[in-house]
Amino acid sequence: MSDHHHHDHDHSELSETELRVRALETVLTEKGYVDPAALDLLIETYESRVGPRNGARVVARAWNDPAYRIRLLEDATPAIGELGYAGRQGEHIIAVENTPDLHNMVVCTLCSCYPWPVLGLPPVWYKSAPYRSKAVKDPRGVLGDFGFELPATTKIRVWDSTAEIRYLVLPMRPAGTDGWSEDRLAELVTRDSMIGTGLPKQPREVA
Amino acid sequence: MDGGQDMGGVPWSGPVMPEPDEPPFHAEWERRAFALTLAMSMPGGWNIDMSRFAREDRPPAEYRSLSYYQIWLAGLERLVLERQLIAADEVAAGKSLHPAKPVTRRLTSDGVAAMLHRGGPTEREVTRPARFAVGTRVRAKTINPPTHTRLPGYVRGHVGTIQRVLGYHVFPDSNATGKGEDPQWLYTVTFNGAELWGKDSDPTLDVSVDAWEPYLDPA
Repeated sequence: MSDHHHHDHDHSELSETELRVRALETVLTEKGYVDPAALDLLIETYESRVGPRNGARVVARAWNDPAYRIRLLEDATPAIGELGYAGRQGEHIIAVENTPDLHNMVVCTLCSCYPWPVLGLPPVWYKSAPYRSKAVKDPRGVLGDFGFELPATTKIRVWDSTAEIRYLVLPMRPAGTDGWSEDRLAELVTRDSMIGTGLPKQPREVA
Repeated sequence: MDGGQDMGGVPWSGPVMPEPDEPPFHAEWERRAFALTLAMSMPGGWNIDMSRFAREDRPPAEYRSLSYYQIWLAGLERLVLERQLIAADEVAAGKSLHPAKPVTRRLTSDGVAAMLHRGGPTEREVTRPARFAVGTRVRAKTINPPTHTRLPGYVRGHVGTIQRVLGYHVFPDSNATGKGEDPQWLYTVTFNGAELWGKDSDPTLDVSVDAWEPYLDPA
């Protein structure tokens, strides 16, 4: 090891991208176009308040309340609004239901469209080239990348979010959950099960 | 436009790589690039379709070499420079060198919740009847505009079935160019896997896209 000590944290330690973002934020703030407190609040909102726990509550309610399930499948935007989730990147939501005969999977081949109010911001893999290219052509291969396999006879429907409609998958309720409360059911609902690249947890996984 | 963003069905090596317990952001600069992008649409006055075009309008090799938030950053830089909200010498200097351009709106922290709750609904009042009904067979047009479009390359020229009539929505091909919203009927169109990918396709596969009426011809 060299005993050459580190310099102060100056620009030499920042990547070109970090420098560009910092320069842009400084200029935009100095000109008064942006309010730094608003930026912090935007980040905090999507880092700690809006995420897949919201969607899990929607799914759990649909599993436990047959009338809610019907409202969700008929017109998801107001049904999701009943739980207080609405707004940006969820202005027009459609819920699609998995059954023993049909598995739904959601992708945005053109960018990263994703139902923010119920799932938060999309994960890196959802925005990646392998997922965006493969989901519409070889969805079973994608599911294999996630470590699971569907029966060969199950039909697969892939929804490519090319407009401002956002899709939420309503996964199948796991067996062995009769009588479970909504809170308990919500613990079984994974983010990936609401995109269609995963399944809900089994009761034994949250015991 | 035919660009690096249009990835559906493009041969791509390598598996999808899920990250366990992935955080929303992977670096501080991603947080700032995300928030700046959301906040600047208000003083900037651009719409979502203009933002998308600013991100995708670059050589495919460049698009594919950038990470997701690097693309957002590049798009935001394009938008603020094009509209002369800032100048290139200011980006280089990392500080404001010229007077600000007057703007009519600005996002303050007390407006964040309302802005996010409002979002940007795209459905508009209907002014003409829909041309297609559920069950109608339609062919996606073969188009290759140099400007923004949301008709993915992999469905162009292929025949599908109208599955849902989604309402009358802002047309991105027009909205992205600043020529107005020009609302159009929007449909979910479902294509069989074999129609898109040939006889070796997964026989259980159907793929749906949401397509505006100008993208479709009767089949």
